[in-house]
Amino acid sequence: MHTIILNGQTHKIDVPDEMPLLWAIRDVLGFTGTKYGCGIGLCGACTMHLDGQPIRSCITRVSDAKGKRLTTIEGIGDDPTGKLVQEAWIEEGVPQCGFCQCGQVMSATALLKSNPDPDNAMIESSMSGNICRCGTYNRIKTAIHTASAKMKEKSA
Amino acid sequence: MNSSYENFRLCNRTLDRRNFLKGIGATGALILTANWNWAQDSEGKKYGGDAMAGGTIDDPKAFLKINGDGTVVITCARSEMGQGIRTSLALVVADELQADWKYCRVQQAVGDEGTFGNQDTDGSRSMRHWFQPMRRCGATARLMLEQAAAGSWKVPLNEVRATNHKIVHAKSGREIGYGDLASLMASMPTPDSATARLKTEIEFRYIGKVQTLNIDGMDIVSGKATYGADVRFDNMLYAVVARPPVYGSQVDSYDAREALQVTGVVKVIPIEGTKAPSEFHPLGGIAVVATNTWAAIKGREALKIKWSGSSNQGYDSETYHQEMEAASLKPGRLVRNVGDVEKAFAEANQKHAATYYLPHIAHAPMEPPAAVALLKEGFLEAWAPSQAPQVTRTRIAERVGLPLEKTRINVTLLGGGFGRKSKPDFVIEAAELAKAFPGQAVRVQWTREDDIQHDYFHTVSTEHLEASLDARGNTTGWLHRTAAPTITALFGPDSGHQAGFELGMGVNNVPFAVPNMRMENPSIPAHVRIGWFRSVSNIPHAFAVQSFVCELAHKAGQDHRDFYLKLLGKDRQIDPRELTDDWNHGENPKLYPVDTGRMRKVLEKATREAGWGRKLPKGRGMGMAVHYSFVTYVAAVLEVEVESGGNLVIHKATMAVDCGPQINPDRIRAQMEGACVMGLGLATTGEISFANGKAEQSNFHNYQVPLMPQAPKSITVHLVRPDKEVELGGVGEPGVPPVAPALCNAIFAATGKRIRQLPIGNQLA
Repeated sequence: MHTIILNGQTHKIDVPDEMPLLWAIRDVLGFTGTKYGCGIGLCGACTMHLDGQPIRSCITRVSDAKGKRLTTIEGIGDDPTGKLVQEAWIEEGVPQCGFCQCGQVMSATALLKSNPDPDNAMIESSMSGNICRCGTYNRIKTAIHTASAKMKEKSA
Repeated sequence: MNSSYENFRLCNRTLDRRNFLKGIGATGALILTANWNWAQDSEGKKYGGDAMAGGTIDDPKAFLKINGDGTVVITCARSEMGQGIRTSLALVVADELQADWKYCRVQQAVGDEGTFGNQDTDGSRSMRHWFQPMRRCGATARLMLEQAAAGSWKVPLNEVRATNHKIVHAKSGREIGYGDLASLMASMPTPDSATARLKTEIEFRYIGKVQTLNIDGMDIVSGKATYGADVRFDNMLYAVVARPPVYGSQVDSYDAREALQVTGVVKVIPIEGTKAPSEFHPLGGIAVVATNTWAAIKGREALKIKWSGSSNQGYDSETYHQEMEAASLKPGRLVRNVGDVEKAFAEANQKHAATYYLPHIAHAPMEPPAAVALLKEGFLEAWAPSQAPQVTRTRIAERVGLPLEKTRINVTLLGGGFGRKSKPDFVIEAAELAKAFPGQAVRVQWTREDDIQHDYFHTVSTEHLEASLDARGNTTGWLHRTAAPTITALFGPDSGHQAGFELGMGVNNVPFAVPNMRMENPSIPAHVRIGWFRSVSNIPHAFAVQSFVCELAHKAGQDHRDFYLKLLGKDRQIDPRELTDDWNHGENPKLYPVDTGRMRKVLEKATREAGWGRKLPKGRGMGMAVHYSFVTYVAAVLEVEVESGGNLVIHKATMAVDCGPQINPDRIRAQMEGACVMGLGLATTGEISFANGKAEQSNFHNYQVPLMPQAPKSITVHLVRPDKEVELGGVGEPGVPPVAPALCNAIFAATGKRIRQLPIGNQLA
C-alpha cells in the first residue's frame, strides 16, 4: 500500500512499488490529464511535479513519490504561475491536438517558477524534453514570454 | 450521446442545387457562394463533398439544438485532431445563425453518416466540403427562429431580423431571445435550406476574422479534455497486444503461463489476424488483458510466442532501395506523355539527371492508438480517437457479428491523427476483446513501440528525373519516373503501380510549360501496410520535383526563382484532365483548375517576404519550393545555417499559402506552422527502415521527431488572397510538401551539398 499526496489530497493505492506513477495515477486513481506518449521518458507528455520539480512520471516509480507532494495538470491551475501559463496558452492559440500540452504546461510552469524571465535559449533548453508532434513550438515560446510578462505585471 | 438525434428526421439529401442558386441570386451575389460547387457535372460525375460516402447534409435538426436557456449546441461530425475543426465549423454555423459565440457549445457526433453525411476526416476536406452545408444549416435555423418570432408576434417575416442571439421587430421595438424561441422552433418543420438567405461577406462576424478561439482550449490545458486513452469506466480492463513483427505473419503457438502469473493480468486472448491485403483489420496476435496498463505491459513481456513465416520476412530496406532504383532507371508504365522527350534529350544543349530516395515514415501521433469498447446486452459501444467513425462502426459490426444499429462509435478528441487514425484496426481490437468480457469495458492501449512498429507506414519511394536544357537554359524535355509501393495494396491485389490519386499528387499534374514531358510509374511491390500520411504522395513527388528544378536552375546558371517562374510559364488555368489527372483531389476540374498564376503569386510572396536574393552571412543559405496539393498553393522559403560539424540551424521559415477563401485565418497559420515543423522532421530524421521484415525503429530515441531547438527560430505565414473568385482549398496537409525540398535547396545554397536521399541524418557532418 502506497500513500500518495496528489494535488493536496492524500490517496492510498495498492500497486507494486515499481509501477510507474503515470499508470498509478491514470489507471488506478483515475486522473487522466497526465498523458502516456512514449513510456521511456523521452516525450514529456507525462510530466508532473514532484515537490515542485518536473519529472517524467512514466519512468518514476510509485515508491519514489513516498512522502512527497505531487502536482499534476489537474492541480496546476491552483498555482498562480500555472494559471498564468494556462491562460497564455489560450491567448496565443497554442494547442492544436493538445495531447502534449498538459506536459508542456507542466514543464513551462516549472521553468517560470525557477526563472520568471527566461530568454529564448533558456526556454529551448528547458522545453527540449517535450515533444509536440503538431509542431506548436514557436507558439509555446511566445506563450511562455506572455506568461512571464504577466507575472511581472502582477508582481509590479 | 446519440439518443438526442434519434427523433430527428433524416434530411433531404438530394437538394436541388439550381434552385439553391436561384435563391442566392434573389438576394444578391455573394462572393463566397458565387462559385457554388456543383454536385454533378454534365456527365453526371459527382465531385467534392457530394462524391464522398454519405454526401453532405445541411439539416439544422441534425447539427443544431437550441436549449431553453439560450445555449446553442452545435454538433461537429468531423473529427478534431488539432486542425481546430470543432471550433471552425461551429463558428460558421454560429455566424449564419447570428448566434453569440459565448452561448455556443460543441458536441461531437457519433459515427453515423446516414444522419451527418460523410465523416472521413482526411484529405484536407472538412472545411472545403462543409463550409457551405454548415452555412446553410445555420442560416436555415436562423430563418426558423425568424419564422417562429414573426408567427408569435403575428407580423410579416420580412419585418423581423435576427441579431446577436435574439430576434428583433424594429417597428414595435419587441425582441425575443433564442432560448425563448427554442421549443417553438423545435416543433416547426424545417424549411428548404435553399430558401434561407446566406450572409454577404461584409456581414460576417466570425467567418474570416482573426481570432484565437478554441472551443476545447481550456479543457486541453487543464487536463479535462477526453482523448481516446482517457475514457474510463468502473472495473475497466486494460489490454495490450503482441502483434506479429512481420506483416503477414501469424501466431503459430504461444505460452501464456508466465504472463498469467503477473499481478493484475486477468486473461490472455488470441486475436485473429487478416492476411494481406488486410485493409483496416487487426494484424492479429495475443492480447494480455489486465486491471491496469502497466500489468498488461508486464504480462506481454512475459508471453512466449512463436510466429509463422511470412512472404514479407525478407523485406530489407537497403535491398529494396536498390530494387526501386533499378526499377526507376528503366521505362515503366506510361502515365503522361507530351511531345517527344527522346528527341528533346537528343537535341539538348545540356542534360541533367538525378535520383531521389525517401524512406518510409511513421505517423507517430502524440497519442498512440487507444480505444475503449463495451459490449452490454447485445449492444457494442466504442470510444475512439477516430478519423473515420463510420467505417470503424461498419467493420466492428461485421467483426463482432452485430447489426449496425446495435453498435455505436463515440468519437473522442484525437491526440494527433495525420492519417493513422483513419484506420480502425485498433478499435476493432478493443471490440474483439470486449466480446470476451460482456458488461465490462476494455481499453486497448498501443505502446509507442506498437505504434512505430505496426503503423500503416508512409510509402517509400525512388524518384528519377531527367531533363534537357537548350542553349538559353530553357527546359525542353522532362522525364519523371516514380516508383513507390501503393496504398491500394492495402485494399486488393498489389499491382505495384501507384493509383491515380497518388500520381495526381505532384507527378502528372505538374503544370510546367515544357513542350516534351513524360511521366512513368514502374511497378514495385508493397511489403508492409502502406497508409496515408499527412499530404501522402505529395511528400516524395514534391521533394524530387522541387529539388530537381533547383538543380536544373544551377545547371543553367540561373536564379532558382527566376528559373522556376520561367518553367511555370505564363499565368493560365489548366484543366487537370489535360494533365491526365482525372482525380483532382476529388474536385470538379472546372471549378478547380490548376492555376499557375496562383502558384506564381505564393512563390513571389514568400520569396519577397523572406528577402530572396539578399546577401547572407557566410555559412547561410536560402532555399525555396512551391507545391500545389489538396487544391491549395503553398510556397516555403527557408533560411538555414550549417555550422561546423554539420549542425543544422533553421533561422527562418517563410510560408505563403493561397487556400482560397480563409474561414479561420489563425488556424490556417497554425496548420502551416505545424506542417513546417513536421516537414523539417521528416527531412532531417524521419526514417523507418526494415530488416528481416521487421521495423528497426521503436520509439523516439531512434525515430526522432523535431524538438523545440530543432524548430525554425521563426515561422512567418502569409495568407495570400486570390485576386479572383475561387473555391475553398485544403489546409491541413498542403503545408507539408514544400518544406523538405525548400530545406535541401537552402542547404545546397549554404554549402553546395545536394541532398538526394532523406532523411538528411548525418549527411552534413
